[in-house]
Amino acid sequence: MEVPEQPLSAAVFEDLALPLFDQLYNFAHWLTHDRSEAEDLVQETYAKALRGFSSFQTGTNFRAWMFRILRNSFLSSRTGLKSTVAIGDDEDEAIVSSDPTPEAVLIAQADRETVRQALRELSVPYREILLLCEVEEMSYDEIAQTLTIPAGTVMSRLHRARKALRASLSARLKGGSNAM
Amino acid sequence: MPCDQWRAQIDAYLDRELSASDSRAMADHLQQCPDCTAEVLEHLQLKRAIATVGPSDTPSAQFRARIMQSVTTKPRPAKQWLWRLVLAPAVLVLLLSLAVNLYVDHEKAERSRVYSELADLHVSTLASGTPVDVVSTDRHTVKPWFEGKLPFTFNLPELQGTDFTLVGGRMTYLGQAPGAHLIYRIRKHELSVFIFQDRGGDTAGLSSGPIPEFSFNAEGWRKNGLRYFVVGDVSAADIESLSKLLRDAA
Repeated sequence: MEVPEQPLSAAVFEDLALPLFDQLYNFAHWLTHDRSEAEDLVQETYAKALRGFSSFQTGTNFRAWMFRILRNSFLSSRTGLKSTVAIGDDEDEAIVSSDPTPEAVLIAQADRETVRQALRELSVPYREILLLCEVEEMSYDEIAQTLTIPAGTVMSRLHRARKALRASLSARLKGGSNAM
Repeated sequence: MPCDQWRAQIDAYLDRELSASDSRAMADHLQQCPDCTAEVLEHLQLKRAIATVGPSDTPSAQFRARIMQSVTTKPRPAKQWLWRLVLAPAVLVLLLSLAVNLYVDHEKAERSRVYSELADLHVSTLASGTPVDVVSTDRHTVKPWFEGKLPFTFNLPELQGTDFTLVGGRMTYLGQAPGAHLIYRIRKHELSVFIFQDRGGDTAGLSSGPIPEFSFNAEGWRKNGLRYFVVGDVSAADIESLSKLLRDAA
């Protein structure tokens, strides 16, 4: 969503920002897992974006800008601060070495609830990058702008996030079949 | 290129981040390499699994409205307002005039239909050998004759001191509804008076007053839940004075 060069008015903001409402809310809900927190987050995002719209650089990506505001608001919220603490531990341990197990079969077996649960429990940096890539279908460039990380990091973080999700799914499914 | 290097590109390949030429090269390699293809399939399944569970929660309508309201600050451009200001009444007037035309046309058609039916009744009754079933110049004889025959009752005027005489009465039907058909005479001319219940149906929309586009002179009005019609080949003034007598009696 490249914004053409034009005077930045409230009317322009409305046209650009309102269509993102559902996406932003969904993303907020994935981050917070809570309806009222998600609402607060979205509301805060719109308020901040409207206030800061004059500083928005035309010609850059508006969607990435809005998602960035939402994400930063989340990270500075109480829930967000708690979740960032957990990342460090998670990042080292969750990644398993890529062994050539036929995981395709496992993933095919996973029902939606299992996948949802696995994604839900993933650390925020992994969860958010997977959502931006697979659900919002952002390009690596957009993701880089949203997360304010170098483009090269997007690829490696995505790779690790997928590995972590795969491992989590695999553990759940193996655990499930053991139990039976 | 060894498979390890191909596999390192699988994510970028599926995320459509490879250049067109790299992407084609990858596709060519997958054609010949079942292991890499299996790996691609697994990555694809993971991508799809995430996309499927992507929608987490739907925002409530109230919250949506709240955000809409907070963001919608722009007053609509003046031109649009102007258009609406000008256009809305114009459209309204157009629609209204169309509706009025339709209504008037409909009422005209309805009026002429009812009155031509009444004229037919008037003519065919006078042409028959027995125009009336109750022959009497006395309203106190004619009126009771209808009792039990009609689901309503009515009053007839005292004619003493007028040029009108009562000839008699008979049962009649208009649009399947029973009514009274009375024959009056004035200077050798016969007039028909029809009385029906005002059912809001056939005769509902009819306006009162003389009917100018009609070959007979006629007048119709409604009073006390009844619908009256006077039809005859006499002058409008005679019709009017009989109508007045009937109106005053009812």
